Amino acid sequence: MRDYGVFDILGPIMIGPSSSHTAGAARLAKVAGIIAGGKIKKVDFLLHGSFAKTYKGHGTDKALVAGILNMDPWDENLRTSFEIAAEKEIDFEFLETDLGDTHPNTVKFIITKEDGSVTQVTGSSIGGGSILVSDIDGQKVEFTGEHPTLLTQHRDLPGVISKISSILYEENINIANMRVYRNGRGKMATMALETDNPISEKVMDLVKEIEEIENVKFINPIVEGVL
Amino acid sequence: MFVSSGKELIENCKRDNIPIWEYTIREEIERTGYDRKKVIDKMRHNLSVMMNSSTYAQDNNVISVSGLIGGDAVKLKKTADSGTSLTGDFMVRAMARALSSSEVNAAMGRIVACPTAGSCGILPAAVISAGEKLNKSEEDLIHALFTASGVGIIIAKNATMAGAEGGCQAECGSAAAMASAAVVEMMGGTPEQALDAAAIVFKNVLGLICDPVAGLVEVPCAKRNIAGTVSALTTADVAMSGVKSKIPFDEVVWAMYKVGKNLPPELRETAMGGIAITPTALKLQKEIFKESEE
Repeated sequence: MRDYGVFDILGPIMIGPSSSHTAGAARLAKVAGIIAGGKIKKVDFLLHGSFAKTYKGHGTDKALVAGILNMDPWDENLRTSFEIAAEKEIDFEFLETDLGDTHPNTVKFIITKEDGSVTQVTGSSIGGGSILVSDIDGQKVEFTGEHPTLLTQHRDLPGVISKISSILYEENINIANMRVYRNGRGKMATMALETDNPISEKVMDLVKEIEEIENVKFINPIVEGVL
Repeated sequence: MFVSSGKELIENCKRDNIPIWEYTIREEIERTGYDRKKVIDKMRHNLSVMMNSSTYAQDNNVISVSGLIGGDAVKLKKTADSGTSLTGDFMVRAMARALSSSEVNAAMGRIVACPTAGSCGILPAAVISAGEKLNKSEEDLIHALFTASGVGIIIAKNATMAGAEGGCQAECGSAAAMASAAVVEMMGGTPEQALDAAAIVFKNVLGLICDPVAGLVEVPCAKRNIAGTVSALTTADVAMSGVKSKIPFDEVVWAMYKVGKNLPPELRETAMGGIAITPTALKLQKEIFKESEE
């Protein structure tokens, strides 16, 4: 039996009409935008399953663009996201596609930045506004963004993980979950590390200094309100 | 940890001589480690969003993204203001509030999912309307929302609140049951009376299917928010008169869950049954998706 809190029942505060097709879509796109980082020039949204079939009626398209613009799922500007994207000269396109045997509310983001680099992120809106990121640039991952999440791409060498965890230990940050994904021994690995405590700029800078780290991103939980 | 049944909820409240809202606040403090003020202020924020969503579409013609619904909360407000209604201004105003939140939701406005976006009109309409009539303070309304949430936690633990899993009885039904319990405590009723009200509300919507036209949270959802609000408010009067539910709350929730599971998939938010497949609904569906493809 799951343990529910008061605000699991009364909440989230969100832009309608649908927690999975609107709020979850905005949340997912915001996280995808953070993962891509840098100034975004163009996004192709590859929509799968129910998202492909019903995205217009639920405003999923507007929510996805709003998320890319870094808006929160409760931002009332969400419904005018197309206009805001046009002002910022960000191009976007929606393509209905089949991503195979995956959750019905799944999107693949192909994000092109101003420097020409491309980041691909796949994730699903899994209900009640919650999300699951499942793939970054072809690397399988799995995280929900409900905890502060540190994402690293590093060379798969002995000691890297312990260097990161000792930095967190020094700063009194508790690790809630940790998953490492790699394509092969000694190649590039991706780590999703979820913590109980927020991660400061200082910690990010310390992690960046680790020699084997190629790339590090931090995703704050997207939570509305005073808590 | 929050108790898992209505029976235990009543026992705990009785033991400590507190209402459901107080028990719920204490448990949330215990669960999160936040102080009382923080927990209450978070609910205050929910209430302020509810105040806006339940008012906005009464004063503005709010039309949904698909164009399928909108502008009806304004009409109800006019009826309430004119004093010509059959069931009284209080009830019509409550209905206008319910519709307002539903219209705001369908038009990509800001709402509190309570417990879901599709049922977001019921709880604000019932609690705010009862509060207005009974001259309750903001604190009282916040407390009522904790009552609703406490009852909702028990429902979520033992059944479901998702239309896709249990039909509309699980979604608007839960919202109305929670709202009725909240109004009963606001009226000074006991935890037993609150759960009697919740049980009676459920029994009156048992079997209600989820059949959204074109798969959108609009028809018949918005009007089911009206029905849920009316049921929550009238049932509060029933429970406050001392009428009990012959079948206890926990057993009713069990029955609701079982009925939900037994509903065929066509009647659980797939738009493949019920009014969603009537000739008019299919025609509307065609028009909506044709229009948006241009």
